[in-house]
Amino acid sequence: MLHCAQHAKQVKFRLLDKKNATSGWGLYPLVAASVQRARYLSDLGRAAATPILPQGNCRSYGDACLYERVVSTLPLKHLLDFDPQRGLLRAQAGITFAEIIRFALPQGFFPPVTPGTKFPTLGGCIAADVHGKNHHAEGSIAAFVESLDMVLADGSLVRCSRNECADLFWATLGGMGLTGFIYAATLRLKKVPSAYIRQRAVKTANWAETCRVCTETQHEYTYSVAWIDGLQTGRQLGRGHVLLGEHADARELKGKPPFAIHGDGRWAVPFFLPGGVLNAQSLRVFNALYYHRQVRHVTDALVHYDPYFYPLDAIRGWNRLYGRRGFLQYQVAVPYTDGAEVIADLLGRIARERVASPLAVLKTFGPPSEGLLSFPIAGYTLALDIPLRDAGTITFLRALNKIIVEAKGRVYLAKDAILEREDFAAMYPQLEQFKAVKRKYDPECRFRSCLSDRLGIT
Amino acid sequence: MRALVLGAKSAIAQAIVERLDGYDFALAARGCSELEPFAADLRLRHSCEVELFEFDALDFGALARLPEQVHERGGPFDLVVLAFGYLGDECAAQRDTDALAHILNANFTGAAIALAHLANYLEERDTPTGIIAISSVAGDRGRQGNYAYGSAKGGLSIFLQGLRNRLAATSVHVLTVKPGFVDTPMTEGLEGLFLVAPPERVAADIVRAYRQKKDVLYTPFFWRWIMLVIKGIPERIFKRLKL
Repeated sequence: MLHCAQHAKQVKFRLLDKKNATSGWGLYPLVAASVQRARYLSDLGRAAATPILPQGNCRSYGDACLYERVVSTLPLKHLLDFDPQRGLLRAQAGITFAEIIRFALPQGFFPPVTPGTKFPTLGGCIAADVHGKNHHAEGSIAAFVESLDMVLADGSLVRCSRNECADLFWATLGGMGLTGFIYAATLRLKKVPSAYIRQRAVKTANWAETCRVCTETQHEYTYSVAWIDGLQTGRQLGRGHVLLGEHADARELKGKPPFAIHGDGRWAVPFFLPGGVLNAQSLRVFNALYYHRQVRHVTDALVHYDPYFYPLDAIRGWNRLYGRRGFLQYQVAVPYTDGAEVIADLLGRIARERVASPLAVLKTFGPPSEGLLSFPIAGYTLALDIPLRDAGTITFLRALNKIIVEAKGRVYLAKDAILEREDFAAMYPQLEQFKAVKRKYDPECRFRSCLSDRLGIT
Repeated sequence: MRALVLGAKSAIAQAIVERLDGYDFALAARGCSELEPFAADLRLRHSCEVELFEFDALDFGALARLPEQVHERGGPFDLVVLAFGYLGDECAAQRDTDALAHILNANFTGAAIALAHLANYLEERDTPTGIIAISSVAGDRGRQGNYAYGSAKGGLSIFLQGLRNRLAATSVHVLTVKPGFVDTPMTEGLEGLFLVAPPERVAADIVRAYRQKKDVLYTPFFWRWIMLVIKGIPERIFKRLKL
């Protein structure tokens, strides 16, 4: 199943095909696209003349990064400026977090907010206003973005920030690439004492305990996330591990190099696993093993940032494990009021429906950012992988969306491929404001995506 | 150590530069101001000195002054990476004098004149110096699809052979690089390509070959064997093929 990455490297040549089918990380849906690559600032201005979508490293799961005509910003991957006193990094939008870390960590800096993989681009993370395990304590990436240099629909280069063109700034953070090209951004990095995280893992027996541990530890730990066994029902529903973390001091490292950088992924999935290999039975075994791996109630460990923040990056192409049909990642946020009950209800329904979700991740969110379409709201957020079996899977999830709307919650656009218009409008009350800002800066609606067409934003 | 890169906008050139640890750089290209972000990145990541030079391979008259210009701004250099190339439109070149001349002049005449002057400069230096020049597998045999480009690159390969022969007794090393299809702006959107290699892989091969003082490098390696077969086909058969 898993081949050594060294081996996979040798077969990296690809056949260039004009009608390249593109997809997000979930491999669903597939969209035939013409891809232009932007190498220089001037390429962006030219590309804005026709309907277009800026694209990063396609790490969003659904159709947020897809459109029939896209401009890849991956060649725009350069660092432009760094102020080590204030930790201010200015870089082009196409640089990945992996590269930012490679540059910044040896100087004692780390991305202030990081999603669960280090391969998205800076521009993509800003467009999705990403959150990390520290949202309850430090907010989403919006809190650390000082300014954006954008190329708008008319080809002009505009700087926006909290003080200049603030409407554009807050429409772009979380705006899913629909306001213009992000050419470059200034990000305030976080000073860290080492590359390691002091991790405390608390094993929980049921949903009530998981919730209690998550909320009680919020003020003590910068990083907090819970892994939940999504296949359990009844009394063991919601059992799992709460993983808490804090940057470790150089003194605690016992001789480890304090700023060791991540290596390349050790394993790769070179082909699609046949659909159905990951089914309820095999995952039940996997989840049980994972759950019981830890015997004690509480364990402490010193963990490198790479396995701590990016455990799945170790297996390149892990999305192929779900087979060719792909999968959906379903992530919702619900306010604290009734949040615990709503999530428990959701977990129960998913377990009963046997839509096999091995990876269920729970987190708590702090106050939201001002991004008009930003996802995080104060409350709980739950994320699950749902392999696509048939149309029934989609119908089932759309029914769950109704429950989320009812609970005044929302689904994460960066992971979505199935949300319906009226549910979207109900989930994101600032949609009309967003549309107004978009009309102002992009009157002809040039910037669009499969997601924006589907949800009626464009 | 300092490297002069001609055609620094080339994806292969940039990938080479990122792998040349310990070097300072003089980056020469047409519209070199667009290389500012690349230069800023190099200065930050590699703590090296980077100067940008405006350079046009078709401006033959200016090529003689190039070595001293680069020397005056930023100091002596001991490695030349010649990476510019122009694929052009083969169909247009069959009818249009300017289109044909552009392909020939950019890939051969301009390259040869620049190399002539740069080789003289490098020969004068009293340290080991070198030239990495990017030719092409297209220069190994003329094909109906790209013989303007191919003949210019073939001419460049032969020029480099002669230069290597002349400089063999000196401390100037000459590496001829013959890449196959590489995933760069030059090949973007072209049809009928196969075994397209990423520029990073090609660049890693090139830097390794230069350190090992190889004379001719096919990259990726299998192009040596592909071209051996193609060169081996008798002309009376080859002329009827549509390769």
